[in-house]
Amino acid sequence: MIKHLWLRLIRPLDPWLLIILLALICVGQITLYSAGERSFDRVESQMINFAVAFACMWFVASQPPQRLMSVALPLYLLGVALLVGVFLFGDVSKGARRWLNIGVTRIQPSEMMKIALPMMLAWYMHKHEAMLRVRDFLVAAILLAIPVAFVLKQPDLGTAILIAGSGFFVLYLAGLSWKLIVPMILVGIVSIWFVMDLGRCSQVFHDYQCQRVQTLLDPSTDPLGKGYHTIQGTIAIGSGGVTGKGWLQGTQTHLDYIPEKTTDFVFAVYSEEFGLVGNLVLLTLYVLALMRGLSITMHANTLFGKLLAGAITMTFFTYAFVNMGMVSGILPVVGVPLPLISYGGTSLVTLLIGFGLLMSIRRHRAMIKFG
Amino acid sequence: MNRPTLKGSGQDGVQFQIRVILLAFLILLGFGGLIARFTLLQVSRHDYYHTQAESNRIGIAPVVPNRGLIVDRNGIVLAHNYTAYTLELRPDKIEDLEATIAELGKIIPILPKEKRQFYKLKAESKNFETLPLKIRLTDEEIAKVAAQNYRFPGVEIKARLFREYPYKELTSHVIGYIGRISQTDEDQLAAENKVANYRGTSHIGKNGLEQFYENELHGTTGVEEVETDSSGRAIRVLHRTPSISGNTLHLSLDIRVQQLADELFGDRRGALVAIDPATGGVLAFLSKPGFDPNLFIDGIDSQSWQELNDSPFRPLNNRALRGMYPPGSTFKPFMALAALEMGYRRPGDAIADPGFFALPGSSHRFRDDKPGGHGLVDMYKSIAASCDTYYYRLAFDMGIDAIDRFMPKFGFGSQTGIDLPGEATGILPSPAWKRNRFSSPRFKEEQRKWYLGDVVSIGIGQGYNAYTPLQLANATAIMANNGVAFQPHVVDRIEDVSTHTFRKIDPAPAARNNFKPENLEVVKHAMQGVVGPGGTAFGISGGLEYTMAGKTGTAQVVGIKQGAKYNAATTKEMHRDHSWFIAFAPVEQPKIALAVLVENGGFGAATAAPIARKIIDYYLLGKRPEIIPSGKGDATASEAKASVEENEHD
Repeated sequence: MIKHLWLRLIRPLDPWLLIILLALICVGQITLYSAGERSFDRVESQMINFAVAFACMWFVASQPPQRLMSVALPLYLLGVALLVGVFLFGDVSKGARRWLNIGVTRIQPSEMMKIALPMMLAWYMHKHEAMLRVRDFLVAAILLAIPVAFVLKQPDLGTAILIAGSGFFVLYLAGLSWKLIVPMILVGIVSIWFVMDLGRCSQVFHDYQCQRVQTLLDPSTDPLGKGYHTIQGTIAIGSGGVTGKGWLQGTQTHLDYIPEKTTDFVFAVYSEEFGLVGNLVLLTLYVLALMRGLSITMHANTLFGKLLAGAITMTFFTYAFVNMGMVSGILPVVGVPLPLISYGGTSLVTLLIGFGLLMSIRRHRAMIKFG
Repeated sequence: MNRPTLKGSGQDGVQFQIRVILLAFLILLGFGGLIARFTLLQVSRHDYYHTQAESNRIGIAPVVPNRGLIVDRNGIVLAHNYTAYTLELRPDKIEDLEATIAELGKIIPILPKEKRQFYKLKAESKNFETLPLKIRLTDEEIAKVAAQNYRFPGVEIKARLFREYPYKELTSHVIGYIGRISQTDEDQLAAENKVANYRGTSHIGKNGLEQFYENELHGTTGVEEVETDSSGRAIRVLHRTPSISGNTLHLSLDIRVQQLADELFGDRRGALVAIDPATGGVLAFLSKPGFDPNLFIDGIDSQSWQELNDSPFRPLNNRALRGMYPPGSTFKPFMALAALEMGYRRPGDAIADPGFFALPGSSHRFRDDKPGGHGLVDMYKSIAASCDTYYYRLAFDMGIDAIDRFMPKFGFGSQTGIDLPGEATGILPSPAWKRNRFSSPRFKEEQRKWYLGDVVSIGIGQGYNAYTPLQLANATAIMANNGVAFQPHVVDRIEDVSTHTFRKIDPAPAARNNFKPENLEVVKHAMQGVVGPGGTAFGISGGLEYTMAGKTGTAQVVGIKQGAKYNAATTKEMHRDHSWFIAFAPVEQPKIALAVLVENGGFGAATAAPIARKIIDYYLLGKRPEIIPSGKGDATASEAKASVEENEHD
């Protein structure tokens, strides 16, 4: 009886993803204990966050993809509606309008878009699977642009990047023509090259506009503002060396040089205390999760499953890459947490729902295969 | 690859698989880039970042030494330090200073004066240092601010050491004061290569002993390596080299003598310098009026400054050290000794005094004080009764060159070398001096010439010569000590507080002079006669329990026209003559020599001499006069006492 119940509980979950997930959560809790100055406050509330997120994951994982497909459109519409609500009535916190007060609690609709948008696009592509034409990609691009524009307006560049990324990966996997992808990448590279030189840039734009973009791209031009975070993060990572300073021993961390050390900059804490070896362990865990995600993508049996699994996997990658890149100073500082390590309930729930989707897609394939 | 998918395994399926594999490469590429970055930071540049982290972490904080104390000869503290809490602001960390101060003002009272003071400091200070807004917070104020501290970033309560001069006005002109280090001080410190030792120090000796003995008092600054957090707050001390407190100055000065002198002066202006002739140790050094040096420590506010600066009584003027006054008749004993030593007179040589002296072939009369003259005057009487005519003629006979050769033996016309900054040299006039003095084109050639008449006035201490009370006291001490001169010094010993070892200020004689004992005997005997029957200061000799030698003097403030008569009653107080008295006692083995100057005090015997008598009585016999001439003196004494008691609470 108990065994049966256990099987029922465990069946929706993918053992590989589950093990990696638990390993990452452990790493996260150990780091949070240090970043939180040996206080269990953050660890405990992150445990609660995790419990809630885990329940969400289990629930999503146990849904068949058909049901997921059927909620894609309503979810997307709800998400856009909420974004409009935020735009009109949202609460301002830290200079950005991100939260919507719905009486009982405050929600962050942009966060749910990270799931809703790839679902929507995957569903749309799936529906037009028989004949994907340029027109469909255009519609998809518009579906993508609407939430991204609202999130950018908040402003929340980090989330906008993640949402746009998730949508882009759906389009990419759906077969977006290389003739479009390659020029887009080239335009991106050229425009970055263009604004990096003030002389070049100021011929077309105002100086302050160029400077604002430059500071974003190269924080060292603003060492007391945005650059401060990156500089201190870089020092933390560099001073960690190969083996790190040891758990709870990071001076940058414990003397408060690292801002946001339990959230966006938690990687600086981890890297200072565990060094290059620790980084490699973390990257390995991420790669394992990502490869499992791509494997599920590869073997998904519906286009919806393929596109959604791929987009979610790549969003997870974007999370990790952008966060570690910005903390180590090769990417601009945008508010992206380190997945499964950074403190924060919302992103944890989003991430685990993503894992739940992956598990659902995988299980459905298996059921078809064996059932 | 032949798994059943809805899309089947056609062209699209392969396309899709390629795209997924490309994503896998993208992941590996991205993470590979991160690994490259981590390797660069954590392996190649590890040393650099390690250093960065360490310098982030470790701050070097100076440990400011305690400034040395200043105590009088009996160990009574004249300058000390106490800890008090101050409300400090770091301007570079506060966005709106004005608003912050206004907000703070709602919690604890902040006076406009304190605000002005703060802005003044801010204008002078470097960035990145905290500046006191309100000093000496009460416990209640500390509690109020501490409770709301979170509202005020950049505002903190700090414990600071404060300097205090419990005797206030009484010691202002000898102890001086410390003040905030100015740009000039900083340049000076840089020139002397002392900047490192002053790191963290906010104040420096500005005047008096505080300035002269700055090097002794300051001490050695220690170093603390502290771990600091990102806001610069010290978390813990990693390594500490303690500071070494400044040395304690033990003065030869007796504050009780000083206090008595102050009381005896009452509201009168003037100066009193008392010296131990056997060592040159200064026993009392008073300039009246004084000022409260405590006002200057953290920068005097402009209103108080205005008051002090504009006061007609010029309290900031150190009369004892820098005030130059004609010595009047107190110059006569020195003239007499010069005459004896240089052979211009024998003790018994007498003149018939008609009441005036006139240069050969001139109708100008140099008048004697006593109309009609003193009759037959020998050297003894010339001093005891203070006969001017005797000295007019003597000066005329000696000529200026002889006077100028002799008087430097008593320190006239040069600095005594006392351990106080800014001493005046006085004026021992000579033809060269006069030419130089009137060299400006404003003066005519006749004004620059040296006339025979010039020397005549000098004989009685009038004319161009002018000396400080300190110089007169010093000269008196040299006379008392039979010509053996010591450099006067206020500090007797310097104590190293860490080892409790003392360094004595060397009392080796500066000059011996080798006057003939019989000549000295004549002059001293005559000076003793000043307080004897027929002497000008006989009035103060009642009940004298020791032998005393003195000389009265009266220095003219305004010239009196030929034929006019000086009348104290009708002359404005500020234009009245200055009253001098020099004295030493006991004559056989002098223990104290002093000079008293009472500005506009009139005849020397009337005001200055009684003060001298009471001081000597007190110093030699411990007798404190019951009657205090002015109520103000009493108040000062009790105030001083009260402030001493206050200090004990601190």
